[in-house]
Amino acid sequence: MRKVLIIGATSAIAAAIARLFAKDGDRVFLIARNEEHLKATADDIAVRGASVAGYRSLDVNALDEHRAVLEEAEGALGGIDLALIAHGTLPVQIDCERSPGLTAQELQTNAVSTIALLTRLAERMEERRSGRIAVITSVAGDRGRQSNYVYGAAKAAVDTFLEGLRQRLHKSGVGVTTVRPGFIDTPMTAGFRKGLLWAKPETAAKRIHAAIGKGTDVVYVPWFWGWIMLVIRFLPRSIFKRIKL
Amino acid sequence: MTSVDAAYSSWGRPRVEAGKRVVRLWWRDQGFPADRPALPFGNGRSYGDSCLIREGAIIDLRGLDRFISFDNDTGLLRCEAGVLLSDILAHFVPKGWFLPVTPGTRFVTLGGAIANDVHGKNHHRAGSFGHHVRRLELLRSDGTRIVCSPHESADWFTATIGGCGLTGIILWAEIALQRVPGPAMEVETLRFSGVDEFLELSRSSHNSHEYTVAWIDALNPGSDGARGLFFRSNFAADQRPVAAPRPKPGLPFTPPVSLLPKAAVRLFNAAHHHWPRRSRQYVHYERSFYPLDAVPNWNRLFGRRGFFQYQCVVPYSAAEAIGALIARVARAGEGSFLSVLKVFGDHKPAGWLSFPRPGLTLALDFPDRGEQTLKLLDTLDEITVEAGGAVYPAKDARMNAQTFRRGFPSWQRLEDYRDPAICSDFWRRVAVPQPGE
Ligand SMILES: Cc1cc2nc3c(=O)[nH]c(=O)nc-3n(C[C@H](O)[C@H](O)[C@H](O)COP(=O)(O)OP(=O)(O)OC[C@H]3O[C@@H](n4cnc5c(N)ncnc54)[C@H](O)[C@@H]3O)c2cc1C
Ligand SMILES: NC(=O)c1ccc[n+]([C@@H]2O[C@H](COP(=O)([O-])OP(=O)(O)OC[C@H]3O[C@@H](n4cnc5c(N)ncnc54)[C@H](OP(=O)(O)O)[C@@H]3O)[C@@H](O)[C@H]2O)c1
Repeated sequence: MRKVLIIGATSAIAAAIARLFAKDGDRVFLIARNEEHLKATADDIAVRGASVAGYRSLDVNALDEHRAVLEEAEGALGGIDLALIAHGTLPVQIDCERSPGLTAQELQTNAVSTIALLTRLAERMEERRSGRIAVITSVAGDRGRQSNYVYGAAKAAVDTFLEGLRQRLHKSGVGVTTVRPGFIDTPMTAGFRKGLLWAKPETAAKRIHAAIGKGTDVVYVPWFWGWIMLVIRFLPRSIFKRIKL
Repeated sequence: MTSVDAAYSSWGRPRVEAGKRVVRLWWRDQGFPADRPALPFGNGRSYGDSCLIREGAIIDLRGLDRFISFDNDTGLLRCEAGVLLSDILAHFVPKGWFLPVTPGTRFVTLGGAIANDVHGKNHHRAGSFGHHVRRLELLRSDGTRIVCSPHESADWFTATIGGCGLTGIILWAEIALQRVPGPAMEVETLRFSGVDEFLELSRSSHNSHEYTVAWIDALNPGSDGARGLFFRSNFAADQRPVAAPRPKPGLPFTPPVSLLPKAAVRLFNAAHHHWPRRSRQYVHYERSFYPLDAVPNWNRLFGRRGFFQYQCVVPYSAAEAIGALIARVARAGEGSFLSVLKVFGDHKPAGWLSFPRPGLTLALDFPDRGEQTLKLLDTLDEITVEAGGAVYPAKDARMNAQTFRRGFPSWQRLEDYRDPAICSDFWRRVAVPQPGE
């Protein structure tokens, strides 16, 4: 039985992973903003076999509340073996281009809040010399693309932060898993027409759950995104800047 | 809530898009979608157009797939309406619980099972799915939420069971699971000839067997009437290890033409006459209940034109109509992949528009060959209506308003309870008054 903290626990991807934790009989604490959704998610995984230590509403952008909420979670769980950070928002790129305020807010939600949470979690796990941190970033962080580079920049910031954190925590025996999903069919992407590249949250969850179990450092979800992003990263800039992606 | 272009269809009609747009519900507190008219959609396992709304929006409810609570003493399970029966089975069979009633595929949602008041092989003992629903919550387009049961707002409850999704969105429901000793079933197979012999087997198995059903060869009736195999089963009291069937690869695309030529159908149907007269086996419940689920997308075998399923029920007193229907099909030489015959029990129907009622039910598949198929099905309607029977809306894509209204005399009552923002192609065809009516 692992003790698992999930932030952004009502996200479709996180909730699907939580079901796999439930099947493992793990002890779980859930955090997101919407209280009703937290309860619905907690009830579901409780029937599916999780021991739910509690849930708590938090706006991750209220950085000054992080300490108290994380302490509450750690207390309820009796320690944290695994922290999964999954919250996020996908802004409309065009709107960001017209509004520095919105751009800053999106960077806050998708990067600053996550980095702030990681800073506290890392400190505790380093002290206890055990644990694993898993964070959902995105393939969008691999290379800035005109269609969503504000979101991509936030994800890239977290990704780079995690790269450093992994090095630092390695000697303390604390693991860091970076999860880079491609297109997953969730409420976040409800407005998109779905094609062949799209995966279901359950499919994504299986791969993420396995990667966490194996202690993988970086995982693309589904697997083929690793290859797609390899091509995109290596496209010469002289060509890249001319195409629409 | 965003509407996006839809690519949904029903099980028998791969060419027909279910709706122009789709709105998905992910949470119970989300509210009724603004895009109207609209129609709740479960998993599209209905064969015809009762889950389609071509001029409107599909409300996809698969996102409401959460369990809410389970009482380990009574077996009472509350869950959201988009939960698949397969999900319930995967979780609860290992704990010794089973569905009170299950249709022939486990890939249907709880909401869909209620909206069509589906039946299974235990109808003679347990009634239909609706008999095991204890409560449900309905979301109406004006924002009202109605929690109903046989004891509270009972009219809404009875309207919604078998209500074809028209009374509102079912958000969650409570059903009573039943205890089973394990996944193994003891299945006995008996050969028979003619409807009389079938009836005799049904009668004699009524008390001894929880589940009964027959396959018949509607293409080659013998001189003594339809030949077939009668299956009767119970969950095995003495459990023994049984393997779940491995899923076979399905067709990744829909071929332009049917891959089920008449000859193949004949061959398939002829094969089972060479089975022993009587046999007994232990099998995994999936093999017994869901033989077709082992081949994903088997419906695509019928090609892009799709197919019709014809399922009707006739009262016991008109049992001879079954023989007449089979004879009619045989005369037309229209292939039926699998014809299923079953006796329904005496339970009072659970909903106003429930299909299951005391009598015999027959289900046949027909590849869509256009006009000739439609004509044949019309003649089958005549026999059914003449016998005082009804055609199953969940399977139907073509019956006319008269056939429907004779089979479901309470339809007007349901129309009064229909949500003004909800409609289906099916309902437009059979119930909504057309100009000039
Ligand atoms: C291989 C196979 C075998 C079958 N065997 C049987 C059988 O043995 N017995 C039997 O009775 N049926 C059988 N069926 C038919 C099937 O059980 C029904 O059509 C069932 O209703 C399909 O459920 P669904 O979730 O796919 O719903 P859909 O087909 O998507 O929708 C069915 C109806 O339910 C409504 N609906 C769905 N969800 C909701 C909701 N949340 N709130 C309100 N309305 C809702 C829709 O509006 C529609 O009217 C079989 C089908 C197949 C493909
Ligand atoms: N879907 C994709 O295609 C895709 C692709 C790549 C990466 N990702 C990433 O995967 C993760 C999960 O995405 P998803 O698609 O599953 O999303 P989702 O279902 O839309 O869920 C988003 C989650 O973030 C939470 N959240 C948002 N803002 C918050 C805030 N200020 N404070 C607290 N919680 C907040 C939401 O909780 P509330 O509702 O309570 O606010 C919800 O739990 C995200 O990090 C996303 O960026 C998704």
